[in-house]
Amino acid sequence: MATTSMQLSREKRKAVFRKVSLPYLYLLPAFAVMGVITFYPLIYQVIISFTDFQTKDLLLQLASPELKKVGVQNYVDIITGGLPVQNFEFFRVLIYNIWWALTNVMVHVPAGVLIAVLLNTQGLWGKRIYRAIFVLPVVVPPIVVGTVWKNIFDEQYGAMNQFLTLLVHLFGQIDPVRIRWLQEYSPPIPWLLPNGPLTLAYYAMMIANFWLGWPFMTLVATGALQSIPKDLYEAASIDGASGAQQFWNITVPLLRPVMIPAAVYGFTLSFNLFNFVYFMSGGGPARSTEILVTFAFDLIRNLRLYGVAAAFSVIIFFVALVVFLITNRITRATESYTEA
Amino acid sequence: MTTSAPTKSKNPVVRFLNMNTSGEVGGRDLPLWRQVLLQLLTLFITAEVLFPILYIVTLSFSSKTSRPSALELFPKEISFVAYQQVLDRPTANPVTFLQLLLNSFLLSVGVGLAALLVAVTAAYAFSRFKFKMRQVLMVLVFVPLLMPAIGLSAPLYLLMNSVRIANCGGGVTAFYPFTSCGASTGQAIFNLRDSLLGVGIAMIAGALPFAVWNLKGYLDTIPKELEEAAMIDGADPDQIFWQIVLPLAMPQLAVTFFLGFIGHWQEFALPWLFLTQPKDYTLAMTLYNMTGQYANSIPWNRFAAMAIIVALPVAIIYIALQKQIVSGLTAGGVKG
Repeated sequence: MATTSMQLSREKRKAVFRKVSLPYLYLLPAFAVMGVITFYPLIYQVIISFTDFQTKDLLLQLASPELKKVGVQNYVDIITGGLPVQNFEFFRVLIYNIWWALTNVMVHVPAGVLIAVLLNTQGLWGKRIYRAIFVLPVVVPPIVVGTVWKNIFDEQYGAMNQFLTLLVHLFGQIDPVRIRWLQEYSPPIPWLLPNGPLTLAYYAMMIANFWLGWPFMTLVATGALQSIPKDLYEAASIDGASGAQQFWNITVPLLRPVMIPAAVYGFTLSFNLFNFVYFMSGGGPARSTEILVTFAFDLIRNLRLYGVAAAFSVIIFFVALVVFLITNRITRATESYTEA
Repeated sequence: MTTSAPTKSKNPVVRFLNMNTSGEVGGRDLPLWRQVLLQLLTLFITAEVLFPILYIVTLSFSSKTSRPSALELFPKEISFVAYQQVLDRPTANPVTFLQLLLNSFLLSVGVGLAALLVAVTAAYAFSRFKFKMRQVLMVLVFVPLLMPAIGLSAPLYLLMNSVRIANCGGGVTAFYPFTSCGASTGQAIFNLRDSLLGVGIAMIAGALPFAVWNLKGYLDTIPKELEEAAMIDGADPDQIFWQIVLPLAMPQLAVTFFLGFIGHWQEFALPWLFLTQPKDYTLAMTLYNMTGQYANSIPWNRFAAMAIIVALPVAIIYIALQKQIVSGLTAGGVKG
């Protein structure tokens, strides 16, 4: 009797142990991998951000006798512009980065919503064809979009200047248009962003990214538009509301809970839009269109200042954290708005 | 098994294309002048969308290597010379197109599968089990998602670079960082940093947290009734996972894989940073080379053909993805 009950309790204990340890067993593969390729590198990054790690230390790394501990010097140099790098001021790049993401979203979302409303017009011919065409930019990889638009904005043979040439020909001009879209440094509207030049390249990239950005917003907005009950509009028009009134008082408030998360997503995406920026302008001319991630990449790949790059990455992490906390708050606020 | 399943799809592309418009066609409600006005507007937008596409397609069908001096949006000739040349010899380097394609595929598929394999059990644990430290561990998986991929590339570059195999001479092989050749550096045989394997491992660092969160989000939506029924029938948690949840999650695993594939296919920063040997280059790197500092030596028709070739798999997968999701939603499930 006694032995069987003891066996039972041992069995039971084994089962309990299994039940308790099971979740961790399921988590083990992911955390083992992340430990090696994510958490360890993150710690390593913080350590070398306090050193002058350069090519000379590549072989022996932390054991290198030439590796100097420099304290917070890298961080100070980045913030105060003490880096041996031309045309880099941290706050100019940071503010340009925020401006770049913000202005992108500010044109993509309204354009996307308006085109979605246009496509949703009752009785519009050829809706299906238009939808199939308008989805195309979403399907093309951004690296291809970047390279193609880079060539479109080529000074001599680019399609944009050729198109403008055609236009000015209509008005009797003979000279071909030769705008140096991606090379010209002097800003066309100097007062627009006072602490840095908004070069022509910025506008060219806004145009190219607009091509890429609004169709996604149209996708999202169309889905939301379809779920707005039609009788709301019918009731409004019976009450004598005009089309514009219906748009501002029905469509806009009902789209907001969907469009704000989409806008937040678009902002985060544009904020770190490495491939597109690197392929289209490479951050030029003179780093005027550089964003944080492209500069970090330049620090590692071309300048090979690994210690500085590590410090810069730590700063990027905190910038990303702040951006996340703010955007998360905005999304949360809209969530409670829909519940109310 | 509901007929409205396709419109419930999470993928906005699928929802957009499947949207039912049949009840609205006809144009009877719309006065003609407004119809014409709106048509003009939509045609203008169509022109904006098609402008770069027509431009690049026209370029790619040109047999001339020089750039057109005036705007051409419709091909004057249909020539496949540029495509043929790209397939024959894409760059000045002695690398075949097949090699580049293979490298791109190996990276995209390998990283996608590896991330999925490692992520799926973790996603299940987060979705279904209650355990100590759950919140903390979830935040730990979430934190790397905050960091842009470039933000981790410096330490990954350095750490991978320290994993090397060298021939010390005299039949001695050193495996850095565990054994070394001593004073001499030896002759390098293999450097993890300068290999597709190393790039792949570095890319998994970015892909894994995304896969965990994406799959967890999906598993949360699978109703628990099936699992509870299985539990009553005496199935243990392992059986429930392998025999019930995993088959149910298959469509979403496929979707996550293909979404990852689309991203990895365009991955540029890490390969461009890590790889130095032309035999390891990917299609994305080659495309960049065609527009970078050597661009002037590369004919535009070949560049255009290359751009279209790189874009094609992604575009095809978007279309294939649509079918995946729709069938995934209509097969299986407790609803209906």
